[in-house]
Amino acid sequence: MKHLTYLKFEVLRTLRNRRFLIFSLIFPLVLFFAIAGPNKHITVEGIHFPLYYMTAMASWGSMTAMLSSGARIAAERQIGWTRQMKITPLSTRTYFSAKVLCGYMMAIFSILCLGIAGSALGVHLSAIEWLKMMALLLVGLIPFAVIGILLGHLMKVDSLGPALGGVTSLFALLGGSFGPIFTSGIMLNVVKDIPSYWLVQASQSVLSPSGWPPAQAWIVIAIWTIAMTRVAMRVYQRDTQRVS
Amino acid sequence: MSADVRHDAIVLSHLSKSFGNVQAVRSIDLTIARGEIVALLGPNGAGKTTTIDMILGLSRPDTGTVTLFGASTRDAVQAGEVGGMLQTGSPPQYLNVRELITMVASLYPRPLDVDKVLKLTGTMDIAKRSTVKLSGGQTQRVRFAVALVANPDLLVLDEPTAAIDVEGRRDFWNIMREVAADGKTVIFATHYLEEADSYADRIVLMARGRIVADGPPTEIKAKVGGRVIRATLENVDVAELSQIPGVTAADRRGEGITIKCADGDACDKVLRELLTRYPGARDFEVRGVGLEDAFLELTANDEDDEDLEQGLL
Repeated sequence: MKHLTYLKFEVLRTLRNRRFLIFSLIFPLVLFFAIAGPNKHITVEGIHFPLYYMTAMASWGSMTAMLSSGARIAAERQIGWTRQMKITPLSTRTYFSAKVLCGYMMAIFSILCLGIAGSALGVHLSAIEWLKMMALLLVGLIPFAVIGILLGHLMKVDSLGPALGGVTSLFALLGGSFGPIFTSGIMLNVVKDIPSYWLVQASQSVLSPSGWPPAQAWIVIAIWTIAMTRVAMRVYQRDTQRVS
Repeated sequence: MSADVRHDAIVLSHLSKSFGNVQAVRSIDLTIARGEIVALLGPNGAGKTTTIDMILGLSRPDTGTVTLFGASTRDAVQAGEVGGMLQTGSPPQYLNVRELITMVASLYPRPLDVDKVLKLTGTMDIAKRSTVKLSGGQTQRVRFAVALVANPDLLVLDEPTAAIDVEGRRDFWNIMREVAADGKTVIFATHYLEEADSYADRIVLMARGRIVADGPPTEIKAKVGGRVIRATLENVDVAELSQIPGVTAADRRGEGITIKCADGDACDKVLRELLTRYPGARDFEVRGVGLEDAFLELTANDEDDEDLEQGLL
């Protein structure tokens, strides 16, 4: 990569953002210990409850990390820094890529933290299972990278907090990060068209041996990624043309 | 990749830009040679920032073209030939000053040494301070450092001294001169005639989206640097007032007189003379003609400028 120094400072900026760390790392951990801690010896339908809850929190934490990484562009837009970057040789693509890479970095941190927390409560997964879960999560996060960048261009800093909280909670809730809300019927089919459903499925692929996601998962992820990229590009172009 | 010396630094041709019904820039043509230091002077709303945004590729022209060193803006920017200080563009959070400058330097092919820039811009003592803990003046210095470290062939500055005091302004331009000494091209927007006069070797006067005058500072100053004196004085003949050396025009309405003179120096002399000749004169009021008024005078005979007469702007 051509702009390693730039990336290094972006990573540094990400790690110094305390609010970002709290929401994508600490919150899922706290929730995990609060819910799974008292239930660490319980098994539901043959699945160790802390394992189940760890995968649920991994989907939530990694999604939060990914969405808020792109959304931080809103702050840089507001102070005019994105315009300053546009007159440097740094390409827009690299600027966005750095944000996505930082999002992935935080998402992986979040998953690793939960993994360590999980093992403290007796969760055991093999290396293969870990790799599988991680790989599927990274794919499932792609649409959220784009949605994050889109939010970063739609929102003002003032409204970003609530918007981000709302979007994350809605995706997490519908997708089943806090437990499945629809187990059958038409609403189940509806939520299966939402990428967070498949993100949760990706995370929980380790719960059953047959757990590779079906074709529908890949299709939903691809369609959301393409559609959101289109919207984001339109919003980006509108944003670039100054209106004043 | 170094810019070809045969090409001019900036060539704007038939450049126009509208926002809704407002024609911000109206078909301007402008050529700036390498090494020139040019002030884009004009009142607020003259189209300076819109022009600068188009030069930098931040805004797309409705018609016309921008050529930088013989290439497109995009190519020139990607080759690191362009650096700029925009009106907005505060440093981002979670970095200290040195880290920020180092980060920006890393994006350019031929950056200046970071330490040198920190020293030059007087930011060495705040190098370890977080970018969000800076005063207004310090922020401006840091933004200046961001533009300088790029070491571009063309520096574009949009009202670079807007937020700093007179002394800071002088410091700023001293540094700028030092940096530009090796043949950099500098174009800066300002609405201070004094600033344009002191630091540019060419002034392009803009008003209402047009270039209304273009020439060396002395020439522009003669056109727009006028002063107006108002006073109360009974029973005086306008013809007598007009004969005071330095007066370009005089007028009387009842007891109020209005005298115009070419510039500040002339105005001082006229005032002294006025007091000597007419000890009864009182209620003095002196003001600059102002860029807006000067512009109206410059374009008063511009008959094809219909919408100005209709006051559409």
